[in-house]
Amino acid sequence: MARVQTGVRAVGAVLVAVLGVSLAGCSSTGGKRAEDARKAATAQGEAAVNTPNWTFGMVTHSGDGDTFWDIVQSGAKQAAVKDNIKFLYAHNAEAQQQAQLVDSYIDKKVDGIIVTLAKPAAMKGALARAKKAGIPVITVNSGSAESKEFGALTHIGQDETIAGEAVGEELNKRGKKKALCILHEQGNVGHEQRCEGAKKTFDGKMQNLYVTGTNMPDVQSSIEARLQSDKSIDSVVTLGAPFADTAVKAADSAGSKAEVATFDLNEKVAAGLKDGTLGFAVDQQPYLQGYEAVDLLWLYKYNDDVLGGGKPVLTGPQIVTKDQAAKLEEYAKRGTR
Amino acid sequence: MTATAPAPAPSPDTKTDERLLKASPLKKLMGRPELGSVVGAIAVFVFFTVTADSFLQATSLATVLYAASTLGIMAVPVALLMIGGEFDLSAGVMVTTSALISSMFSYQMTANVWVGVLVSLLVTLAIGVFNGVMLTRTDPPSFIITLGTFLMLTGMNLGFTKLISGTVSTKSIADMEGFTSAKDVFASTITIGGVDFKITILWWLGLIAVATWILLRTRVGNWIFAVGGGEDAARAVGVPVAATKIGLYMGVAFGAWISGQHLLFSYDVVQSGEGVGNELIYIIAAVIGGCLITGGYGSAVGAAVGALIFGMVSKGIVFAEWNPDWFKFFLGVMLLLATLLNHWVRKRAEATK
Repeated sequence: MARVQTGVRAVGAVLVAVLGVSLAGCSSTGGKRAEDARKAATAQGEAAVNTPNWTFGMVTHSGDGDTFWDIVQSGAKQAAVKDNIKFLYAHNAEAQQQAQLVDSYIDKKVDGIIVTLAKPAAMKGALARAKKAGIPVITVNSGSAESKEFGALTHIGQDETIAGEAVGEELNKRGKKKALCILHEQGNVGHEQRCEGAKKTFDGKMQNLYVTGTNMPDVQSSIEARLQSDKSIDSVVTLGAPFADTAVKAADSAGSKAEVATFDLNEKVAAGLKDGTLGFAVDQQPYLQGYEAVDLLWLYKYNDDVLGGGKPVLTGPQIVTKDQAAKLEEYAKRGTR
Repeated sequence: MTATAPAPAPSPDTKTDERLLKASPLKKLMGRPELGSVVGAIAVFVFFTVTADSFLQATSLATVLYAASTLGIMAVPVALLMIGGEFDLSAGVMVTTSALISSMFSYQMTANVWVGVLVSLLVTLAIGVFNGVMLTRTDPPSFIITLGTFLMLTGMNLGFTKLISGTVSTKSIADMEGFTSAKDVFASTITIGGVDFKITILWWLGLIAVATWILLRTRVGNWIFAVGGGEDAARAVGVPVAATKIGLYMGVAFGAWISGQHLLFSYDVVQSGEGVGNELIYIIAAVIGGCLITGGYGSAVGAAVGALIFGMVSKGIVFAEWNPDWFKFFLGVMLLLATLLNHWVRKRAEATK
């Protein structure tokens, strides 16, 4: 019994010692403290206007826990603070559910709605109801072709085909001959458009490869297998930032020299650009999509302004390379790029 | 129970066979499988009425009912299947399959939209028959059989759509003959007192009525309970087990057909990748509604109330302006509470018998 107690005491002493050491020997880089410092630097601020506290609701087709939509939200929230807006957010990947969420916001009588049209046909009715209720709608991210037809004020986002074309041109510039386009979501119209756009402008040969985006090991093994079976592939294009790193790993283990490029940006992609493991990234600047959507709705309510003259307002593509990587890494860390 | 002879008033000193005791209406009510879910639904309703300002207005309730009905149309036949002791994991994607068949057949054949709708009904029912026959003719449990169907349908939805349309969604059939009348049947809106109600609510109520009638008033209903309660015993007393199960799978297929047509006619085009994961929601709704996972117990009304709870929670969270990051958590808490309440009420009801 006594021995057990001493044992407990010894463990306790070790714990206290470890705790003391770790408190005294703080990491001078990274961690929560660095994050807090960054947050303090990007001060949330106060409303810059004294317009009424309007409520804007945003409904996206995002799945749960998607980093891309965190950035969109962070842009929207920053604009909402500045414009004295109460900002609401909801999302559902299933088209019917997304439409029902828009219905809920209409029932709540919000003052403006921001919505994505990833599955345009499903959202048509919801937008018509918003119009009937006199609620202005701005579409973001996807649906540039349908936005106007469905009665939205304007569309803010990237034209997927144009973004794809930019990738094809960049690949030409880099003298690539054979590329793989990695589609991580079967059934996503925007993804198909990206690869088709790239195919259109790319002088070399480009093939599509479908992988299961929800299953990373599957993504890696599929790319690996393809690169092993065809050594002449000299570039891999992924359609989402999280898959770029996986593609790099796959190229490594397949012993392939293919350069990886990606659509969209995150902290890891910025780091990859910096150390040269990634060739380039095509950013559609999600922060802008959220920020502009709220700001333009505010402008419409306040001043009846509409940007773009009925044409979509493009937030991309911006091709980013090693040159901007250091700055982008910093911005990606604070969640705005 | 004989309805003609009035039951003798049970006095303490007359010893009657306890099986012939006439239960009081209150006790009978307490013994109903859906009672727990009804109490749960009322609790959820009161909760959101208090916490979300705009929850109680008519338009919001119409939205909640719509959400519940799109779920309930499937939850009711799925509940019947569960009472019969089986699962159907292919129910979610079958909805998408049904919509895809209808849309693509009409478009490719340039046929009247109604032709596509009927072809879709036949094919969807055939999928149900396939599930049922596979189950009754082979040994593996329905979980495995319908998991196979689920995977095959998911793949075929994407594969066939890409093969036929060249893209991942179907082409619009909105300008084709018969579209307007089909839309009236499957996806129209009924305005009552300035509030728009979706027609799916009527389909849902209709299905509840039919399913309840089958369960409680017909011989088939007895078969369903018997098959779910004890398959071998049911077979021994002459219940057509295989036919009953195939019929139940056809019922689920019929629900999938209605849901699929609703999707198609409210959105003109169908996305081939949708529907995955919904099968679990149907099962959850049925379980909340008092269906036993092991079969033999449950009701159609209960499943409908389960769907209503689900609709209220999923939309109530939006009305209450909660952070959507916590959505699934709130949903889980609500569902757990509803189920526990349900369980507790049932236990008490059984104890007082």
